[in-house]
Amino acid sequence: MDNYKDYKDIANDLRISIINMLYKSQSGHPGGSLSACEIVTALYFKEMRVDPTNPNWDERDRFVLSKGHAAPVIYAALSKKGYFPKEELSNLRKIDSMLQGHPDMKGTPGVDMTTGSLGQGLSAANGMALAGKIDKKDYRVYALLGDGEVQEGIVWETAMFAAHYKLDNLTVFLDHNGFQIDGRNKDVMNIEPIDDKFKAFGWHVISIDGHNFEEIFNAIDEAKKVEGKPTIIIAKTIKGKGVSFMEDQVGWHGKAPNKEETKKALDELGGEIDG
Amino acid sequence: MAKTIATRDAYGQALKELGEKNKDIVVLDADLSGSTKTGVFRESYPDRFFNVGIAEQNLIGTAAGLATSGKIPFASTFAVFATGRAFEIIRNSICYPKLNVKVAATHAGLTVGEDGATHQALEDLSIMRSLPNMVVLNPADGVEAKKCVFKAAEHYGPVYIRLGRSGLPVIFDEDYDFEIGKGVELGSGEDVTIVATGIMVKKALDAREELLKEGISARVINISTIKPIDNDIILKAAKETKGIVTVEEHNIIGGLGSAVAEVLVENYPVPLLRVGVKDSFGQSGTGDDLLKKYGLTVENIIEKVKNIYNFK
Repeated sequence: MDNYKDYKDIANDLRISIINMLYKSQSGHPGGSLSACEIVTALYFKEMRVDPTNPNWDERDRFVLSKGHAAPVIYAALSKKGYFPKEELSNLRKIDSMLQGHPDMKGTPGVDMTTGSLGQGLSAANGMALAGKIDKKDYRVYALLGDGEVQEGIVWETAMFAAHYKLDNLTVFLDHNGFQIDGRNKDVMNIEPIDDKFKAFGWHVISIDGHNFEEIFNAIDEAKKVEGKPTIIIAKTIKGKGVSFMEDQVGWHGKAPNKEETKKALDELGGEIDG
Repeated sequence: MAKTIATRDAYGQALKELGEKNKDIVVLDADLSGSTKTGVFRESYPDRFFNVGIAEQNLIGTAAGLATSGKIPFASTFAVFATGRAFEIIRNSICYPKLNVKVAATHAGLTVGEDGATHQALEDLSIMRSLPNMVVLNPADGVEAKKCVFKAAEHYGPVYIRLGRSGLPVIFDEDYDFEIGKGVELGSGEDVTIVATGIMVKKALDAREELLKEGISARVINISTIKPIDNDIILKAAKETKGIVTVEEHNIIGGLGSAVAEVLVENYPVPLLRVGVKDSFGQSGTGDDLLKKYGLTVENIIEKVKNIYNFK
């Protein structure tokens, strides 16, 4: 018996939505969206205290997609969660759509922070966590960071701050798929040892398989028990996860599939082209 | 000698008063709290003051996050770092989502003085003015600075407040009714109009006094809201006088002079001359020596007014 079947099904649904969205818009970032499906599923469909009928609820847990180019994964999750109709997904990146190429908190219900310029989302998540501390609220703040993203200086300004102010209500996932636009991290600009870097900055660090629900849930629970420190969950992932020809390929960072590729991808995922 | 107050000191006092009235006010600084005067707020409300260290990008990003959760953050550092180093965070994390963050930057302009060009922001008004949703304020004295801070807190959305290091003569009475977006006529005149902002307003008034002795009547308008600029008061002056001289402690590119030129050219073109720093960096020196060196003087204002007065 598979304890996590429901969550795996949701993650798979997100992948089907992502492929459909990108096919329809003929634009967007599949690789880094597909690598984060389990993390986003775990947060939105189990962990986070949110209310789709009241997206700006003061007491809600917050989620900041600091790697804003993975917007399709969050749009897929938000629509599945009921923040807006699934039909909206067909309008990704189109003129006057509520679904911008990168997340827009003013336009899309459920998006907690406008992101897209790398590193800034983490800094905003810091501010949300700090506000929670000031107001003695018990909401938690989650952020999803890309691995190439940690090359941004602001990430380390923020890392220092979160540790200094003991923001233990902040849990960050690092979607460590090993790639950025120009190639593998290790070839473009090595970020390792990334766990030691965060440890040295005073963070609680957990390393997991980012596609394994048991490990994701355990890490989230562990982070909630940590006192006086922010937590980063370094989630080893596969870029393009779930679509064989996209997996571990730099070429699928920011390219939409054509019709044939879309069919092949959806076949593998057990889905079909919407509409 | 007349009483002087630095606008940064007025800022510190205003923050302290605001903090008492409004518990949502939080203040962030990047290791310059003694200079920016946010330290005054910290003394009264240590629980709502956060030093981010020397990290201006995170200063602004954290302020953005606080604003998403109902706080009214005032983020302070020197104007060069706030609008330069952190520009893109102001753009993408504050202005684009229209978050309720106030960037109150001190040590703007040449009158930073001895620290020299690296620390003298001469382009901040230009940069901030180009951002959608941003309100840009540049008070002329301590009284107006305080009122700017109060109004900025009442206004929902991003505001940039430009503040200075040096003591300034007091121009306004305490009962002056400052309103965002409204210029004020500080001296009547029929011949030429001087539109001034910030520390140069007092010099514009001094120039008006000198010109009167020579029989030239110059109207003086204080524009403390650089954006949204008061079109009406500028166009009225354009129609009623021969032309306009703009005066600012800022590069002549992109600041008050450019903003006034835009209003005139699209609506009612009249002669315009700009007093400001002529597309150069500053240098070390006393504030007064620098203002003289770069032509930000009463004499230069008078000369420009006469140029327009003598236009055919």
